[in-house]
Amino acid sequence: MQPFEYIRAADVRHAVAAAAADPAAAFLAGGTTQVDLMKDGVLGPEVLIDITRLPLRGVAVGGGLVRVGALTTMEELAADPVVAERLTVVRESLLLAASPQLRNMATIGGNLLQRTRCRYYRDLSCACNKRAPGSGCDALDGHHRMHAILGTTEHCIATHASDLAVALVALDAVVHVRGAAGERAVPLTGFYRMPDDTPNVENALELGELITSVEVPLLPVGARSGYLKVRDRASYEFALAAAGVALVITDGVIRDARVALGGLATVPWRSRAAEDVLRGAPATPETCAAAAEAALRGASARPGNAFKVELGKRTVVRALSMVAGLPG
Amino acid sequence: MGRGGGSARSRADVRAVPAELQVRLRVNGVLRELWLDPRVTLLDALRERLGLTGTKKGCDQGACGACTVLADGRRVLSCLTLAVTCEGRDITTIEGLGEEDGLHPVQRAFIACDAFQCGFCTPGQIMSAVALLAEGRAGSDAEIREFMSGNICRCGAYPNIVAAIRAVAGELGRAAV
Repeated sequence: MQPFEYIRAADVRHAVAAAAADPAAAFLAGGTTQVDLMKDGVLGPEVLIDITRLPLRGVAVGGGLVRVGALTTMEELAADPVVAERLTVVRESLLLAASPQLRNMATIGGNLLQRTRCRYYRDLSCACNKRAPGSGCDALDGHHRMHAILGTTEHCIATHASDLAVALVALDAVVHVRGAAGERAVPLTGFYRMPDDTPNVENALELGELITSVEVPLLPVGARSGYLKVRDRASYEFALAAAGVALVITDGVIRDARVALGGLATVPWRSRAAEDVLRGAPATPETCAAAAEAALRGASARPGNAFKVELGKRTVVRALSMVAGLPG
Repeated sequence: MGRGGGSARSRADVRAVPAELQVRLRVNGVLRELWLDPRVTLLDALRERLGLTGTKKGCDQGACGACTVLADGRRVLSCLTLAVTCEGRDITTIEGLGEEDGLHPVQRAFIACDAFQCGFCTPGQIMSAVALLAEGRAGSDAEIREFMSGNICRCGAYPNIVAAIRAVAGELGRAAV
């Protein structure tokens, strides 16, 4: 690990000022990604700003929203009774991720900023445009099993690894950030940057900006939601394909629908095309299949992940069927 | 809080050798004071500086669970925790589990159920199991397996690990009745 200067932030203003003053500074929260990548030499901040003592922890409900402090842990959010009752997709996305130890450490803000699990990003001997802009992408002709088929470019095919972010883009969550210039709010659907030709730029955060909270609108009473994660082992593994869905169904007709995909795309992937198919349609297996076709339209696979096109469709169908109470 | 210069040191100096920082931890109920390079993990501080070698270094990258300890009562991975961030925290390791008159019930159950072969992952398994029981996650074998999934056993002692945890959960259930 490269040496760094350690600063324990006294308050949010102090943390943000220290980060804004130094492009080589990084925040440290749960550390489950940050410390891991620092050990591997992938990240090497010159200043590490410990934000773990800041008062940004806790879940509050009001005004039709759940407001989650950025330092709330994954376990704490999953255990919240309102989240359990009204935001099932959020709870399930959290409990299907990582392990209990990691969920006790990892924070909600950090979860949204976690780095890809692409092995080429993590291996310093490989070319990676995310880690070393302009160096190329060894994943393109490498092993693709864990790589993306949606939102890819010739510069990067790494998947975004967060399950929670998939649930939150489906729910139109809003990220609140604080920078030296003040506060602003960014819808999560506009927070992540597609790789384009700068895969090293992953999100809308400016130099020194800190996520302080995430607001999640509650689903309407009567809505049902869920998260399905398909992976190579039953627990403690990243998704090959995942779907977070929410449906409002009355009299057998889908009145509202949210669909987002994980494990398949370079960013947490909201599928408005699938939602358009679902909204106003009868809640039937045929509708679910049509939505799945729409969700995967435009997918661009490589030899090692061509199976993900079909797997992705089946994941969407099963997630929708599960939440709608249909067979399948 | 720094020793050896602190904020007056140049960036180049910091990059060469960071200042050691004072860290106070309560480890197994005893207040310990250390001066540490900020890069030192909680795992290395416990093993190399405090001589508490019960906590094991397996993968050292947060994948295997061998380094599991309790921080303020919650199970965490000490290999991904920088010791300096634990200032003032209560840390419990496998050495802190037993009571005056013997082993912790989970330790006894691991022996009774033969829940290990080589034993390397066992301290982490036991710390995780103690936390799991406190979390109320031992409702079924499936639940035990799911909430122990962060602890890998290369010998494959899983069936007996589940049996050991189930046995302790049963004892606790009987005690509560």
